[in-house]
Amino acid sequence: MSFRCTGNSPRSEWRRPLAHKTAVARRAPARVPTPEKVAITLVVNGVKRELLVAPWKTLLDALRDDLDLTGTKKGCDHGQCGACTVLLDGRRINSCLTLAIMKDGAEITTIEGLAADGRLHPLQEAFIEHDAFQCGYCTPGQICSAAGLIAEGRAKTIDDIRELMSGNLCRCGAYSNIVAAIEQVMQGRKTRS
Amino acid sequence: MNNFGYARADTVADAIRQIAGDPTAKFIAGGTNLIDLMKENVERPSRLVDINRLPLRKIENTAGGGLRIGALVPNTDVAYHPEVERRYPMLASAFLAGASQQLRNMASVGGNLMQRTRCYYFYDTATPCNKRAPGSGCSAITGVNRIHAILGMSEHCIAVHPSDMCVALAALEAVVHVVGARGERAIRLADFHRLPGDRPEIDTNLQAGEIITAIELPPRGFAENWTYLKIRDRASYAFALVSIAAGLEFEGDAIKEARLALGGVAHKPWRDQQAEALLRGQAATRDSFARAADALLRDAKGFGHNTFKIELARRGIVRALTQAAGRMPQSQSRKVVR
Repeated sequence: MSFRCTGNSPRSEWRRPLAHKTAVARRAPARVPTPEKVAITLVVNGVKRELLVAPWKTLLDALRDDLDLTGTKKGCDHGQCGACTVLLDGRRINSCLTLAIMKDGAEITTIEGLAADGRLHPLQEAFIEHDAFQCGYCTPGQICSAAGLIAEGRAKTIDDIRELMSGNLCRCGAYSNIVAAIEQVMQGRKTRS
Repeated sequence: MNNFGYARADTVADAIRQIAGDPTAKFIAGGTNLIDLMKENVERPSRLVDINRLPLRKIENTAGGGLRIGALVPNTDVAYHPEVERRYPMLASAFLAGASQQLRNMASVGGNLMQRTRCYYFYDTATPCNKRAPGSGCSAITGVNRIHAILGMSEHCIAVHPSDMCVALAALEAVVHVVGARGERAIRLADFHRLPGDRPEIDTNLQAGEIITAIELPPRGFAENWTYLKIRDRASYAFALVSIAAGLEFEGDAIKEARLALGGVAHKPWRDQQAEALLRGQAATRDSFARAADALLRDAKGFGHNTFKIELARRGIVRALTQAAGRMPQSQSRKVVR
């Protein structure tokens, strides 16, 4: 969030410095030696992948930059848009807000891993059938999130789908078609093949 | 994000040992708030101690008839736990009102307690902020303060605590269990978070080197008459402008016990026992609810953009108590007004 205000003119009584802090300058960042990269293993879309990561590399950046799985998108990079949604040990998460090093040994499913045996995942088919996207940038996150939602088994109504998909934004506004696609798969209706 | 070192802790004792004496090191659990703040250069730890492998993932009944929730249990797992849904539905509802399902899958209950304010100026390192850079001034007081506090603020900080979980925990009188080098402590939720005063940079009363191990709920869960009402700018996935956790117990038609806690209005979950006392012995009427709301908001003060919150909170309290009394708790997916 980089909201900036231009209207904060000083009012002395509210802007008086804290007495015990007047002599303290802004915190200087601690100087630390750059740590070595660390070897980790991720099981990505069923394949064991070994990689060397710096501690500050997010799971999202490891997937995209180190493993060349660019289907997972970087939108806001702050957990607000859901474009980076992947399944971690079967549960949907924002891959931008976790560090790869923390997920050593985890199983990750990305959009690239949903199709099987040359057939699209039912959600992928339903998104095409319902035209549930326009630019497509949010779509991998939407589909991974919907796969997580269906696995959770908590959504019973359209309202539930909307609420439990609220972590995935679509700035083209394809929401009604996205909900229809998910509803179709939840109901197990036959999709076009 | 600055560079940092990383280590894993395997036991609670190991975690305490690894963090001891290093004020620049931080624990990381779900990371949903900490990593976000690190990307903004608001948090700049030299080292992260990953506590995700600690054995703090159980939800267990306590001998006293309450429930103990391990600090690392993800928000989703608490929200959908059968005992929480049955005995503490207000807490389950508050969890589901917060964040998105992706974030709830990642975020731990301990981390939820430790999350920091969403004040725009706290996040923006180009502006003064006493919480981020003590002594630099508060930009929100004279700036854009729509989301800011109306109760309990100081001349140094008008930020609010963003948690939904903590509001329900305040109403339920939960206790936070912590451990440090000097042993274990239990802190009442009401005493866990601080008001800003002249040290707005300190959010909680957790001491350096202490780690949260569990949250304990007392037996009383208000599972009959309750609600968690969250009022925000969009219907889902937004922080509260005002949120209200309400729990009532009745003896005949009279209110025997009342709990009322507010989110989005102060630097900590706002509970007012004076307002609750006004409800005891009263009938569940709009008038008695309005009297409690007036009492709770007696010292409320707006800063311009957020002044609407005072009336919003007043109406929200009346509506929440009406929902609780009428056994019509707010649905977190079907957002109809009733």
